[in-house]
Amino acid sequence: MKESVNNLSCAQFQARLPELIGSGDNIADHPHLRSCNLCRALLADLDAIAQAARQLFPVEEPPDALWEHIESAIEHEGAAQER
Amino acid sequence: MPSFASTRAPRETTGSSSADAVNAPTERIRANSANNNDQADIMVRAQAGDHQAFAQLYSIHKKHVYSLCLRMVGSVAEAEDLTQEAFLQFHRKIDTFRAESALSTWLHRLTINVVLMHLRKKSLQLNSLDEMMEPTSDQRPGRSFGAPDLTLSGAIDRLALQRAIKDLPAGYRLVFVLHDIEGLEHNEIASLLDCSIGNSKSQLHKARLKLREALRNRQQQEGH
Repeated sequence: MKESVNNLSCAQFQARLPELIGSGDNIADHPHLRSCNLCRALLADLDAIAQAARQLFPVEEPPDALWEHIESAIEHEGAAQER
Repeated sequence: MPSFASTRAPRETTGSSSADAVNAPTERIRANSANNNDQADIMVRAQAGDHQAFAQLYSIHKKHVYSLCLRMVGSVAEAEDLTQEAFLQFHRKIDTFRAESALSTWLHRLTINVVLMHLRKKSLQLNSLDEMMEPTSDQRPGRSFGAPDLTLSGAIDRLALQRAIKDLPAGYRLVFVLHDIEGLEHNEIASLLDCSIGNSKSQLHKARLKLREALRNRQQQEGH
């Protein structure tokens, strides 16, 4: 028997979330979300995490010695091609 | 063949850092345009075999490439090796670059491919790529039927989030970084990782759940 989407518990809805998201459907319109503050809060948290992550990582400088390694490897490859 | 013996990578003289110092929008546009012209000129010289020009390109793009590697693999040593490999590939393929596309975009994609190749090789040594993409049951996020007091409260702790991303299982971190930080679309990720679009979406959701779980655990430890 097909389970009614209107009667899903939070546990059932959250277990299905990866599949629902993967299907490409707009989950904001899901009947469970319209009536469930907890699951709406969960999705709001996930959006907040995604937004925070976008501003997270500083631009890092590689160590100075890395250029010397690259230069040496390029020289080595060039010499190997000439042989 | 050019001599490489004493070539130093010069300090950045073109690129975003000099543009940041220019405040007026029109001047900034002119400065960016000048930088693009400078870079195009440097690229032409590098393609003709001018090693000093290649060193300049390294100086302009090294931070972007290294930071991208670091975000994707989460390890300094691996990020250094991968940055080296990315620039070596850049050098090998420099003739294939066409001026119609932006060098930074081209290099960004090349770097992602280098990292993915590395992860594929690594996962073949350890387990299959599928296993990497689908972590073991203890690595998956737990169910989250939280009471209201367990939902994330207030601002997200940046350091805690950074650490949680670093600690994500490799497959989750990869999809999360590519989508949420690098801004790739699911169809691009699916193509790069050779998986379905649905799988990419579902992995991203699980990664975010796992991060939320880590942040909530931290909040609970701190007594929020």
